[in-house]
Amino acid sequence: MELIKPDINIDFISKRRYAAVISVVLILVGLAALVLRGGPNYGVDFAGGTVVQVRFNQSTDAVQIKDLLVPEVLASAVVQRFGDEDNEFLIRAEESDNGLQGMRTALVQKLEQEYGDGSVEVRRVEMVGPQVGKDLRKKGLMAIVYAMVGILIYISWRFELRFAVGAIVALLHDVTLTFGAFSLFDKEIGLPIIAAFLAIIGYSLNDTIIVYDRIRENRGRYNDKSFADLINRSINDTLSRTILTSTTTLLVVLSLFIFGGGVIHDFAFALLIGVIVGTYSSIYVASPMLLLWDKFQNKKVQEKS
Amino acid sequence: MTNSIKLRGLLVLACVLLALASLAPTLMKDRLPTWWQNAFDPIHLGLDLQGGMHLVLGVEVDKAVESRLDSIIQETEVLLNDEDIIFKSVDRFDGERLKITVYDTDAGEEVDAVMREQFPSLEPMTIDGSSGYVEKNYRFSDKEIAQIKDFAVRQALETMRNRVDQFGVSEPVIQRQSDYRILIQLPGIKEPQRAINLLGKTAQLQFKMVVEDADIEAAKAGDLKPGTTLLYERDVDSRTGKVTERPLVVSDRSSLTGDLLSDAQVRIDTRFNEPYVAIDFNAAGAKRFDQITAANVGQRMAIVLDDTVYSAPTIRERISGGSAQISGAFTEQEATDLAIVLRAGSLPAPVNILENRTVGPSLGHDSIEQGINSVLIGAVLVIIMILVYYRGAGIVANTALVLNIIFIMALLGMFKATLTLPGIAGIVLTVGMAIDANVLIFERIREELRNGKSARIAIDSGYAKAFVTIVDANITTLIAAVVLFQFGTGPVKGFAVTLSIGILASMFTAIFVSRLIFDFFLDVRNVRKISI
Repeated sequence: MELIKPDINIDFISKRRYAAVISVVLILVGLAALVLRGGPNYGVDFAGGTVVQVRFNQSTDAVQIKDLLVPEVLASAVVQRFGDEDNEFLIRAEESDNGLQGMRTALVQKLEQEYGDGSVEVRRVEMVGPQVGKDLRKKGLMAIVYAMVGILIYISWRFELRFAVGAIVALLHDVTLTFGAFSLFDKEIGLPIIAAFLAIIGYSLNDTIIVYDRIRENRGRYNDKSFADLINRSINDTLSRTILTSTTTLLVVLSLFIFGGGVIHDFAFALLIGVIVGTYSSIYVASPMLLLWDKFQNKKVQEKS
Repeated sequence: MTNSIKLRGLLVLACVLLALASLAPTLMKDRLPTWWQNAFDPIHLGLDLQGGMHLVLGVEVDKAVESRLDSIIQETEVLLNDEDIIFKSVDRFDGERLKITVYDTDAGEEVDAVMREQFPSLEPMTIDGSSGYVEKNYRFSDKEIAQIKDFAVRQALETMRNRVDQFGVSEPVIQRQSDYRILIQLPGIKEPQRAINLLGKTAQLQFKMVVEDADIEAAKAGDLKPGTTLLYERDVDSRTGKVTERPLVVSDRSSLTGDLLSDAQVRIDTRFNEPYVAIDFNAAGAKRFDQITAANVGQRMAIVLDDTVYSAPTIRERISGGSAQISGAFTEQEATDLAIVLRAGSLPAPVNILENRTVGPSLGHDSIEQGINSVLIGAVLVIIMILVYYRGAGIVANTALVLNIIFIMALLGMFKATLTLPGIAGIVLTVGMAIDANVLIFERIREELRNGKSARIAIDSGYAKAFVTIVDANITTLIAAVVLFQFGTGPVKGFAVTLSIGILASMFTAIFVSRLIFDFFLDVRNVRKISI
């Protein structure tokens, strides 16, 4: 079977300005959402606090749980339904320092008073102190920075600096867009999301390198073509592979998103956005960046002479 | 058959057999002979999958420095009295400083001499004579402070080990982390709150004399005589569960501490059928206890644990057997836990919980099930798609893919790595990406075939050309995974591990194994046309 005909020649590069507009608009939407929500929505990993996941043996609703707990057990709390059924909830509180005094016990006691003994099962507790949260936030940011620096060095060594810069711009684009999507859908940023970001970086780069590799190869083959045509030819050469691999990756990520369960739902969401954006960016961000760099260089040369 | 194919075939076969052998203990645990189970560990599940508790405790090391200073203060007072040096006061000042106030400079010099001889680790500081007295200040050197802090963490680590041992958890992890932190992982724990209570307790047992003539009301208002402290005796009514607190003024100085214990056991008081904790002192403790009880007959002695008075019995007679009992309003559970912490020893400084992640076994179980389902569904979808797209060659790629998953699982077991929920996600992602290498190769082969090359040449150059691309693409992903591993804690580390292993395994299966299958059909079966 062939989805993409071998002699295909879609003119991607001429539409790069439209793509740039789309990218910028999407990034701005994400940033606007971020600003409107008053900064990123950090989960307990980064903000500190406590999350308790409880399951009841009967249906109930978030408002009722919150009314029971606030202010008697917790000073403030956000209660959210977890999963598809209305018997499982996440209770998020800002407190983190009373782990020793048994917040868990107090919480269960209060809920069992209302719903009956043995009706409440605590399935998960995550408590992170403010100091640890701060450390993790710093470490998470540093991880992304270190990964980018490492990649920059490797690509400059294997290709050229301009390729590395193009790849990094594409990565920043992907991470920013995914981050924006998280703000837009008001999803929490926790430790696993940082892992997802790094996976996105890895994936997007994978995609970019394959196009770059083709550009490097084709450069020897077609001396007569302009650089823009060369890039376009290379994107078309690898298009079949790009579509096929993106589809298989999307299939598995989708399966993770749908069947992986609530704990990993947001993680899969990040990957889903990342795979789509990463595929797009290797065609419309990483490659046009090479052209932009070229123009910039030519201008500098002209100014000098 | 050529030698090369034979050799490569044997290598792949050996890898597959080894992988299956190492996976067997995971898949069918108890039906294997013991030597087999000993040879290969089953895959270790993370706390998020098997349920359990992950704690990070911070040791308040500053308190350890303070209490070291406090004990030096006590020793100093005794020393100065012994040397007949007249002093006004010895106290702790500004957290980390020891201040001795004397009346004249001669006494000051004598103090200096004594301190130099007895506590060479203390550095003398500026003398300030403004208030008419001579103040001698001493502080620990920075090196000494670092040592005290380090020792406190090491001792806390040891105590935690003892406590966890007594608590009875299989395969616990107790590690020191940076910044005076201790990581404790307790897999499969059933009573998380009890574990927290047990681990978090400083368990400093002290015996202090009750100051009978103190004015309780004044003490409550904050007006305490020097050298005394206000503590509360806690009493729980066993029927109503009501807690009453009785104030008590006790001497600052402890007559005896829990360091001198040799054993602690739960016993039941037959008269009231109430549990109590029987403690035995070691030789030094027994001697000291004997002296104290002899000197204070008729007075009350408070038994204080972490600043709460458990009981304050009156000493009726001299007790020389070296044993005592702590009674209070305990439940049997509380008494058992108290005995555990007393046996395990006290913490040199209080700890606080910086991080606590507890996953119940039912959630872990659900996560495994959902994780495995999503891997299987994802893999089946990919396999079907590749089969439809590449037909014959698709079978080759799918064989490589299935082997890839088997190798990842086997390597996880062999490296004793931990499989976490994000780790499963890493496998899912690898499944999606591993096929990429084969797609790259196959697209190249198709190109070559279109250019009219023979199957043999198309495959050779397809592999050769795609190889560089695959290596470049995978190494960059590997860089991201390695960074993640360095930074990662717990579950995230699991993701980095499976992603890295997945990348390495996929290079082997997608390049080496798939090539072998093609070569086999081309050279041995003399196939001239490939279905791709």
